[in-house]
Amino acid sequence: MQHQKLALPFLFAALAVGIALFPLVGDTFYIRLVAKIVVLGILAMSLDLLVGYTGLISLGHAAFSGAAGYVAAALINKAGWTDLPTLLLASLAAAGVVALVIGWISVRTAGIYFIMITLALGQMVFFFFHDVAFWGGADGVNLDSKPALAVGEATLLDLSDRMVFYYTALGCLVVVYLLLTMVLNAPFGQVLRGIRINEARTKALGHDVQRYKLAAFVIAGLIAGLAGFLEVVRGGFISPAHVNWHESAMVLIVVILGGMGTLVGPVVGAFALVLLEDYVADLTDHWKLVIGLFVIGVVLFLPDGLVGPLKSGKCRLPLFRQRAKDTPHARKQESVGDA
Amino acid sequence: MDAAYYLIQILNGVQYGFLLFLVASGLTLIFGIMGIVNLAHGAFYMVGAYLAFWLESVTGSFLLALLIGVPVSVALGLAIERYGFTHLYRRDHLYQVLFTFGLILVLGEVRAILWGNDVHGVNVPSALAGSIPLTETQSYPIYRLFISLACLATAAGLVGLIRYTKLGMMIRAGASNREMVQVLGLDVNRLFMVVFGMGVGLAAFAGMIASPVNSVHPGMGDHILIISFVVVVIGGVGSIKGAFWGAMLIGLADTFGAVFLPEAAGVVVYALMALVLVWRPRGLFAGG
Repeated sequence: MQHQKLALPFLFAALAVGIALFPLVGDTFYIRLVAKIVVLGILAMSLDLLVGYTGLISLGHAAFSGAAGYVAAALINKAGWTDLPTLLLASLAAAGVVALVIGWISVRTAGIYFIMITLALGQMVFFFFHDVAFWGGADGVNLDSKPALAVGEATLLDLSDRMVFYYTALGCLVVVYLLLTMVLNAPFGQVLRGIRINEARTKALGHDVQRYKLAAFVIAGLIAGLAGFLEVVRGGFISPAHVNWHESAMVLIVVILGGMGTLVGPVVGAFALVLLEDYVADLTDHWKLVIGLFVIGVVLFLPDGLVGPLKSGKCRLPLFRQRAKDTPHARKQESVGDA
Repeated sequence: MDAAYYLIQILNGVQYGFLLFLVASGLTLIFGIMGIVNLAHGAFYMVGAYLAFWLESVTGSFLLALLIGVPVSVALGLAIERYGFTHLYRRDHLYQVLFTFGLILVLGEVRAILWGNDVHGVNVPSALAGSIPLTETQSYPIYRLFISLACLATAAGLVGLIRYTKLGMMIRAGASNREMVQVLGLDVNRLFMVVFGMGVGLAAFAGMIASPVNSVHPGMGDHILIISFVVVVIGGVGSIKGAFWGAMLIGLADTFGAVFLPEAAGVVVYALMALVLVWRPRGLFAGG
């Protein structure tokens, strides 16, 4: 089974090399598009830690990336900061605090409650940025300048340069992937997997599952914060739409489309969804109709995602309920129920 | 800021609460009995409101719009249940969430194709157009009272149905133990269809009846969905009683939040939910 275990890391390595080489052949438009995909990939990977590995279905993930983005924008525009490390730290701190608070309230619940509560609290964050005038209102704000890393007189990283940003984002993607792989292979990660497969049994083994869930939630929130920071720098713009729950739902779709519980799947999903959106938006104004039908199609016909076959080594037909029951998620639901 | 002013705010809060109850009760029933997380519930509220707007402008009669619109919405809901949701009953909540999110996108875009993205108003039916004067300067519109009464009647009918009829008995049994109901040989598919149809009917009816006071606009389904989730979470998933008290609480909190904390009005109801959850993680009336 060794070759199967290596299939996913190999796919990630191939993707990363492909992204690194892409600017040699791609034109400006597609380089920008790939940068967007890489940032979305980081965000989706962080959600995969919750959904695919811990079994926590969060519908409020945009709150963390959005909070980080808004804090970065405010510090740049209102305080005039441009120093990359301090801006990044402040953004991550904001995302971490929001994740800690939302996580503390929501990990006490499970199943349907968890979904509804993360959704509702995520919307609370949305309304906070939407309603409070300080943050720039419903239309959003443009960044006055972009962060840069300077030591003395020399500018090491100037994120206003498109190619510098491109490779910085790619570097972040690789670092996040390696970090999450390490976390998941550590004993900590094993407990998270245990919680997903059978929470009651993991608890019975003596693990404080609430604390593990909260820790996973905050780690995911911090990485989402990194993605949010990169996104606001990339686009030079942030608006309440970045924090809206539709954004959270789209990230969840990216995770499922690529294949949850694989880390590389969410990156593949980001490619698939952004490229599809780009293609369809050219064809019709009503691209959301196509995306909606596509989402429904993915749910019905591709529950394991695009890289799912690489993970399980076999293809499953989702419409046969008997077999769908055999998935760990369904089994968990059978045993734990909605209690 | 006198007594009449506060009376108006209370009446508004209660009216909003009643409206929320109609939407949230369907949501909580659909989850309690069918085990489905239905994000598209708000979309049916929106469909109802747009049907009211369209049918009222075509027929010229709000009553006629209600009489045609509710069955049309229910039929739409049943078709979606029959051809979509049936594939989801045994699947993880995750897939239900995504499927119903897909439905939101589809219904929203079909709405945009049929009726555009403008904000519309619906005429208050002439028979209910007046206001009741409270002081020289303040008065309360009759139509808002009518909404409260119509919702109250619907809610009473719903509670009566659930408590005192055979169908209600099946619904209660389904809510407390779905598997057992199946084992006992009741036609679960039919029960699911009735519950889903009822939920959609209630949401669409709420959207229609509210359309003359709230404008008809594209974001309305999303807004009511999230607030209804808050109601259901506060009340306890699956509990009609919880949905009622949760709806009243949120209706009043939202109305008075807008009066006392206009800057943070959007946040008030969520903060309230967070407080309730810290105190009772499974809601006020869980399992009741």
